[in-house]
Amino acid sequence: MNVFTSLLAGLVFGLGLIVSGMANPAKVLGFLDLAGHWDPSLALVMAGAIAVGSVAFAVASKRKVSLLGAEMKLATARHIDRRLVVGSVLFGIGWGSAGFCPGAGLVALGMGEAKAAVFVAAMLAGMAVFELLERRRQTAVHGSVRDPAGRAA
Amino acid sequence: MTIDWSAFTPWSALAGGVLIGIAAAMFALLNGRVAGISGVVGGLLRPARGDVGWQAAFVLGLVGAPLVYLLFTGLPKPQIDAQYAALIAAGLLVGVGTRYGSGCTSGHGVCGLSRLAPRSLVATAAFMGAGFATVFVVRHLLGV
Repeated sequence: MNVFTSLLAGLVFGLGLIVSGMANPAKVLGFLDLAGHWDPSLALVMAGAIAVGSVAFAVASKRKVSLLGAEMKLATARHIDRRLVVGSVLFGIGWGSAGFCPGAGLVALGMGEAKAAVFVAAMLAGMAVFELLERRRQTAVHGSVRDPAGRAA
Repeated sequence: MTIDWSAFTPWSALAGGVLIGIAAAMFALLNGRVAGISGVVGGLLRPARGDVGWQAAFVLGLVGAPLVYLLFTGLPKPQIDAQYAALIAAGLLVGVGTRYGSGCTSGHGVCGLSRLAPRSLVATAAFMGAGFATVFVVRHLLGV
């Protein structure tokens, strides 16, 4: 897959987060504070992004390969399960406690903010915990069902 | 609820949102993928040959965006009120939660809602609801 277009997409995404004010945790928390002095800006960020995104995905979903000839790997999962809901709730609690989502944390890190570096480090640690738990879960599944000898995965 | 009109920035919010939409559109149409930031970052922790390059490039673009922004105009200073302990707890929750939930504000919130994916609708409602509830508890019940 094209490394250059990935870099460009990341860059444009990051610029969008800065322009919209969403790289600023105080502004995000202003949106999440419904009971206080509410700042509706984030809703318009979503509206602008979805207006463009919906056209793009309508086109993309009809294609077999991308405009650059890459294999289309848009998400296909359809099931709604406990993992999806519990995971999203945990994310929401974290998002509401500091005002950082993953993208905003990375952009604020690029601004040289020490607090963003701490957030990103903890986020990577959280993702590593997920990887370890997943690996253990898969080892358990393979060990008991597919591989009775309990070979290490 | 009272709307804080002095903080409301509709035009920059829309413009930034359109940029985010363009980034997601580029990713879908050129690369054939969903621009989900937590998924890309998480993918780097499970390195697969053929994926590491574009994943690292995407993250580099995000982290490098402030430098490019600086070429045009002064950077706005983010206001991060959370203390270090809260930032660590928040980071851990965001890291674990987005991986179990298979996405964050970009993958589910922007890309998923653009595709009207029911899974993303549920996920977005869950993290938005939890975000509203958390801020309510922290600011109005605990008074932090």
